[in-house]
Amino acid sequence: MAVGSPSIPPGKVNIPFYRDTRIIAVIVQIVFAFLVAVGIWYLYSNMMNGLRQANLLPTFSFLSVPAGFPIAESVIEYNPSMTYGRAFVVGILNTVRVAVIGIILATLLGLILGIARLSDNWLLRNVALVYVEIVRNIPLLLQLIFWFSLTRLFPRIQESIDVGGLIFLHNRGVTMAWPQVGNDFDTWMLWVYGGIVVGGIFYVVRRIQFIRRDRPGVALPYAFLIALGIALLGFLVTYLMNGVWPISLSVPVLQRFNFEGGITITNSFAALLIGLVIYTAVFIGEIVRSGILAVSKGQREAARALGLTPGQTMRLVILPQALRVIVPPLTSQYLNLTKNSSLAIAIAYPDLFYVANTINNQTGQAIPVILMLMASYLSVSLLTSLFMNWYNRRIQLVER
Amino acid sequence: MATEVSRPSSRRAPRQQIGLIEWLRKNLFSTWYNVIITLVLLYVIFQAVTSFVSWMITAPGWPAAFTNIKLLLTWTYPVEHLWRPQAVTGLVFLLLGLSSGVWGGIVRMVTFGAAAISAGLGVVAFTFPDLPGQTSLPGWLFLFLCAGLLIGSDQLALRLRDRIRWPLIIAWLLSYPAAIVILRGGFGLPVVETKLWGGLMLTLLLAISGIVLSFPLGVLLALGRRSTLPVIRMFCVLYIELIRGVPLVTVLFMGALLLPLFLPGGESIDALVRAIVAITLFSAAYLAENVRGGLQSIPKGQIEAARALGLNVFQTTLLITLPQALRAVVPVLVGQFIALFKDTSLVVIIGLVDLLGAAQNIVGQPQWLGTPGGVWRETFLVIAAIYWVFSFTMSRISKRIEDQIARSRH
Repeated sequence: MAVGSPSIPPGKVNIPFYRDTRIIAVIVQIVFAFLVAVGIWYLYSNMMNGLRQANLLPTFSFLSVPAGFPIAESVIEYNPSMTYGRAFVVGILNTVRVAVIGIILATLLGLILGIARLSDNWLLRNVALVYVEIVRNIPLLLQLIFWFSLTRLFPRIQESIDVGGLIFLHNRGVTMAWPQVGNDFDTWMLWVYGGIVVGGIFYVVRRIQFIRRDRPGVALPYAFLIALGIALLGFLVTYLMNGVWPISLSVPVLQRFNFEGGITITNSFAALLIGLVIYTAVFIGEIVRSGILAVSKGQREAARALGLTPGQTMRLVILPQALRVIVPPLTSQYLNLTKNSSLAIAIAYPDLFYVANTINNQTGQAIPVILMLMASYLSVSLLTSLFMNWYNRRIQLVER
Repeated sequence: MATEVSRPSSRRAPRQQIGLIEWLRKNLFSTWYNVIITLVLLYVIFQAVTSFVSWMITAPGWPAAFTNIKLLLTWTYPVEHLWRPQAVTGLVFLLLGLSSGVWGGIVRMVTFGAAAISAGLGVVAFTFPDLPGQTSLPGWLFLFLCAGLLIGSDQLALRLRDRIRWPLIIAWLLSYPAAIVILRGGFGLPVVETKLWGGLMLTLLLAISGIVLSFPLGVLLALGRRSTLPVIRMFCVLYIELIRGVPLVTVLFMGALLLPLFLPGGESIDALVRAIVAITLFSAAYLAENVRGGLQSIPKGQIEAARALGLNVFQTTLLITLPQALRAVVPVLVGQFIALFKDTSLVVIIGLVDLLGAAQNIVGQPQWLGTPGGVWRETFLVIAAIYWVFSFTMSRISKRIEDQIARSRH
């Protein structure tokens, strides 16, 4: 042990400063930062010169000017006399609308696909495989344009295709039956709140009991059932008292030129949603499949040996473990779906990108519009990742 | 010492082969719900296939795609210059064939696949000689020549082997600029303006440009993101996350709008160049993340060993970590290429006419207005098939490379 490398007392060796890695590191970084700054300054000054000559200096003042263009569909109230700022918000909300509904539907379809790919039924397994291989090798934009063109092949509204009397397909979109709030809705909501309170109390009491007895137990599902039961009871009681359901189904009825009742979604929205869901579900399906395969075979065999049914094995043993593998890549698929919704411009759905593009064409304010556009997409992406990371942390294995 | 071993009375091995009935029972009708699923699926498949086939036979719109093959492949590229895309195809096939002879393996498989497809298409083109868009070199002859070129150069390279290894690598590196010069002109060749380019040619060009040009940038970004210098690392992280957070359409839109503003005299920048710049910047961020994955998979001992041998940081990166990392990410890069190949269709939104754009234009041609329902279904089906064949083939290749790498590790 005594014979080691001759120890050099620190600070005693004469290393010239240009060979000292600590100093080199600092110099390299300064040079790099300088170069980046010069590059940005060069581009920026070019841009400002050009814009000054074109008399288009960037400003956000256009946001309070009336937009003057109509938007075909909107979650909030909008008309052309409202401002550009409002139009932009309409675009954001339209993107969020298609993304949220799309994510939910794509997850459901993806889950079904992933499980179907692992089915012991040869036919089902291979049908799912064919679906996956067809859809994922064709550009999404082509698929969207295909669905959009298809919805426009539907007959005129007077000759709508009737699906079970609840859904009507026509060349302006899809009209379908939709729940409608009745007069006694508020009365019924009292029952719902009551149910939530009772369920909550039950949950807290049970939890305290569990902690006292130092035993694990299940409380949340029962609390949920209690709340649901009270709400359903209230539903029935309200009906019996007034003879009207608090929520009823509004069935569309064809009038002379239009449908009365139900809701109508435009064919742009329908095509975008169908396209995004069918495309993203394929990728989600593959993630679900590999997640399930990642759970070791012994787990399934052990669960079966303990006498759990195949359904219980899936629900209680396989899926909770598979979720840990599934969630991180699933997050990036959700982000992809949100970003892909920008292709809506090709089929005239007024999403964020569509509205931003229109604003830019009308005002010529490319810089502010691009900044707002990027900021919006980045915040949507960031919010989604934050939520999914929070969820991911919750389901990760807690190790001692 | 001979010991008596009592042998169990021999029995025949259990039958491995199962009969058709047994197979059906096991795979289609094992439980009551599988019976239902199978029957329902059989009914749905039967309905779908019969109605699809009967539609395909009666559909009136097929001529739209087949009489416009020239537009789909090269859009408005002048007919008298069509020998140039053909020459580029020939050049690539020559290099591919030579590489196949030198390296064999998967390259060989790709080469023979390409030769088979060329020959097959050649037979089709020969059978239907009336297809329009013929060049001075008939399409069928060109396709047969391609097949011959692939096989011939493969055989040639088998003899030369090691002598042409390095020249071939250099030739591959030079092939991209050479292809651009042949297509665009200059150096004595008449110039074909890029606004005349389009169709499948443009789709392939954009996807290849996206990968080739973004490669150096992506590798630098990946190295920068793993750098110990905080300023460089933060810059790279910021760039990568910013680009990955926004859709490609936005980046294309920025390329189209901002690029002319950023550079003096930028108004004259070609629309195609703007698109290529945008796709390169976009693709670099994704490539960087893929390469970073490869870099992370290199055990730390490799770097420590290299440093112990006296290699400096640059030597370690260039000679030890990067080669291993890049080899490990080849399948992922093929995957990225497939994604890019599909994503290039978005250039339609900024007004370029790629394969999808050409199809949209054909669908809108006035002579098809009388066709009931339009010709879009047939035309889109044809280009969907083209996209599908390309990206499915590439995904199979990627799968094979992946398997090969996995095998070589064990």
